[in-house]
Amino acid sequence: MAERINVLKTYKIFIGGKFPRTESGRFYQLNNRSKAIANVCLSSRKDLRNAVVAARGAFEKWSGSTAHNRSQILYRMAEMMEGRKDQFISELVLQGVDRKEAKVEVDLSIDRVIYFAGWADKINQVFGSVNPVATSHFNFSLMEPMGVVGLVAPEKSGLLGLVSSLCPILVSGNCAVVLASEKLPLCSITLAEVLATSDVPGGVVNILTGKKEEIMVHLAKHMDVNAIYLTDNLEHKKSVQEEAIQNLKRVVLGNQISWGDRTVENPYIITDFMETKTTWHPVEVISGTGSGY
Amino acid sequence: MGAFISPKVDKVGIEDRVNRITKRSIKKEAKLEGLKMALNMVDLTTLEGMDTVNKVTQMCYKAQHLHDEFPGLPTVAAVCVYPNFVKIAVNALKDSPIKVASVATAFPSGHSSLDVKITDTKMAVDAGAHEVDMVISRGKFHMGDFGFVYDEIAAIKQACGTSVRLKVILETGELGNLDNVRLASDIAIAAGADFIKTSTGKIKPAATLPVTLVMLEAIKDHYYKTGIMVGMKPAGGISNSKLALQYLVMVKETLGVKWLDNHWFRFGASSLANDLLMQILKQSTGAYQSANYFSKD
Repeated sequence: MAERINVLKTYKIFIGGKFPRTESGRFYQLNNRSKAIANVCLSSRKDLRNAVVAARGAFEKWSGSTAHNRSQILYRMAEMMEGRKDQFISELVLQGVDRKEAKVEVDLSIDRVIYFAGWADKINQVFGSVNPVATSHFNFSLMEPMGVVGLVAPEKSGLLGLVSSLCPILVSGNCAVVLASEKLPLCSITLAEVLATSDVPGGVVNILTGKKEEIMVHLAKHMDVNAIYLTDNLEHKKSVQEEAIQNLKRVVLGNQISWGDRTVENPYIITDFMETKTTWHPVEVISGTGSGY
Repeated sequence: MGAFISPKVDKVGIEDRVNRITKRSIKKEAKLEGLKMALNMVDLTTLEGMDTVNKVTQMCYKAQHLHDEFPGLPTVAAVCVYPNFVKIAVNALKDSPIKVASVATAFPSGHSSLDVKITDTKMAVDAGAHEVDMVISRGKFHMGDFGFVYDEIAAIKQACGTSVRLKVILETGELGNLDNVRLASDIAIAAGADFIKTSTGKIKPAATLPVTLVMLEAIKDHYYKTGIMVGMKPAGGISNSKLALQYLVMVKETLGVKWLDNHWFRFGASSLANDLLMQILKQSTGAYQSANYFSKD
């Protein structure tokens, strides 16, 4: 009997809950020690446009879901990752990561998702506030998601860096357009498969592979993108910041060397992609003493 | 009534032609010109039960101030409202070239007596409407009473007088197949329609490219036979610029450049205008736009 031919996965991109090929039809070859391991989509600016449209379309539903629900969905994402552990590990190994390190990275990634999932219903408990004012108002501030966030994912950490930077964006109700690592893109597309089966609504996360440099400028210019997270200390950061001025996009600069570090779990990164809304609610008397809060 | 004999439509051929038309590549300057042309052909429409005087007034304002930050934009062709809002629209648009169109004849179902339909039309005409959008009686059409459909259109045309242009809505989503679309187009044109229009916007499917192509062919045949031009208005479901450009390509390749003018071609749409504006700004600034920076109505 003839030997069975293995069925290899075509790595496509992830837009609006679907897995299209790039509209440009372009791809690049991914190598490990000069051995070809996969063909990966070289996304174009039109893919970015489609991704932003999908993200904007998903925002109302995702940000409008209850914090409790978002928490459950992110937890579900971790569950799905657990089931695909071996796949993540072998992909990291295929891309040149040491097997032992790969195992540690995958475990940590799943734990990261769980960690940030827990924050969904605590953000406003911790970062919201009741503010003292001198008039007869009950004055309070709540944190709200910004909208569509562009994530330029860490180049050197294909899975751990990706989930550690993506989850803080998602947990508050933002939608994300992700430019995956150029050299380690495989796990990002497998993560997309996780997202597609985790009750994360289509369009909440959109993942593009390809040349960051090529797409980043259009992301920075895009009037319908509310914030950009540059996880690496890129040489282009200045031009991104300049282009972002047009619609006053928030540009969050990261420079994380080790994504395994516990400092990554600093919850202030969640509030980096949120805005504060303060409400003045007229009342007659608030506190027992009548002084107001 | 068997007096109406229309050519049968080759459905596969129509789809094949549409398929080729959607593959035309329009870039850069040509795209920008196309977008501006499309914007100039829009009938900004509000036909809701919840329409109010303020809603109509606001839409008329929007028609005149599409995006003031960006000078050099064309205006839309017309606004389209219910007859009882015509006066308000005419008043709001009196200093502009923008026309006022009114639906009439028991829109959208068309189920009423001819008297009521004529009164409905006269009400719009008397209030100052420049154009009347009537619906045909689809029920009678399906019963084979084509004479009734013809007579009704002719009667409404008469009620419109000579200065008001009549658009005849076929409601192609209720006609069943392309042969019926062709037949209804021929009846409407023969009865004196100045424009034929696909849909009310209340039924899905509304305007589609194949249906529009069949109607354009009817217009073309009539033009070859008589030398008389008839206008075309696809309405409903055209919400993005890409699709609008495909319609323009289809008009140009079927009828020629003479029809590439808002006197002969219109889009009935409400959200298309904003998408066109966003694309025009994208072409000019290089940055993809956000709906946040464009007025909703």
